[in-house]
Amino acid sequence: MTTLTKRYPFCASHRLCSGLLSAERNRQIFGKCANPHGHGHNYTLEVSVRGEPDPTSGMTMPRGALDRWVQSAVLERIDHRHLNSEIPEFERLVPTSENVLLVVDAWLRAAWPEHFPGQRIRLAGLRLEETPRNSFRC
Amino acid sequence: MLITRKAEFSASHVCSSPSLSAEENLRLFGAESRPHGHGHNYVVEVTVSGDVDAVHGMVLDLKDLKQVIRERVLDVYDHRFLNREVAPFERVVPTAENIAQDIWRRLDPAIDAMGASLHSVRLHESGELFVEYRGAAAG
Repeated sequence: MTTLTKRYPFCASHRLCSGLLSAERNRQIFGKCANPHGHGHNYTLEVSVRGEPDPTSGMTMPRGALDRWVQSAVLERIDHRHLNSEIPEFERLVPTSENVLLVVDAWLRAAWPEHFPGQRIRLAGLRLEETPRNSFRC
Repeated sequence: MLITRKAEFSASHVCSSPSLSAEENLRLFGAESRPHGHGHNYVVEVTVSGDVDAVHGMVLDLKDLKQVIRERVLDVYDHRFLNREVAPFERVVPTAENIAQDIWRRLDPAIDAMGASLHSVRLHESGELFVEYRGAAAG
C-alpha cells in the first residue's frame, strides 16, 4: 500500500464568531478573528489517498482523477469565497479550520461515488494549513 | 523512536506504459507522458525506527544512514534519466509510487544490517505531490 498526497492551495475569507455567544464573549474567544468584516487566508489543503498502485500504471490513483474530484467537490465551492456568507454549512457552524476540515471531509466522501463508481473510498486523510504556521489534520 | 533523514536528487523520467496506447497514456499520465521526458527535484525522507542504545544514546549513527542513502539511492538516481539508466524502470513506469517502493527495496536490507528498521520512505516529486510507502508488511 502506498499513500499518495497532493496539495491544493485556495484562498477564502471568514469571520470566527458564534451566533450562540455575545459579542463580548466572541471577542474573548476569537480575538481579532472575530472582527466584524472578516479577513482571509491562503489555505493549502492536502488530500491523501491510500491503495495498492495499479500494476500497469504504477499509480495509486491517476493524478487527473484526483484533481477533478478535489476540484469539483471542494475547490469550486470554497476558493475565493467568504465562508460564512457563501457556504451554507457555515451559516451556523463557525468556520474554524477544524470545522472547514470536517466539512471538506464530508464533501469529498459524498462526491466519491460519482467520481469513482463501484470503488470503495480510499481517502486516507486530510491536512489543512490555514497559514504557514498553523495546520490541522484529520 | 523514529528518525528521519532527508536527501535530494534530480532526475528525469517519462510516465507511460508500453501496454497502453499513446492516447490512453496521455489520458492517464497527461504531460508526464511526453516522450522526451522531463525532470523533477525529488526529495526523499527516509524514516527508521529502533531502540535508543543505553550507552551511546542513539538509535543508529546518522553518518551511517547518510552514507547508505548516498550509496544506495543518490549515486544511483541523481542526474539520471530513470527510464534508461536505473533498473527496474526500463520496464516499470517510474511513478512516484514505484520510485518510493524501489528506494525501500534498496535501503531495507542495509538498515536492517545497521540494527534498525526502515519505517517509511516519503518521496516528494514536487512541492505539490508526495507519496509514502511503509513496506509490503504494512499492508
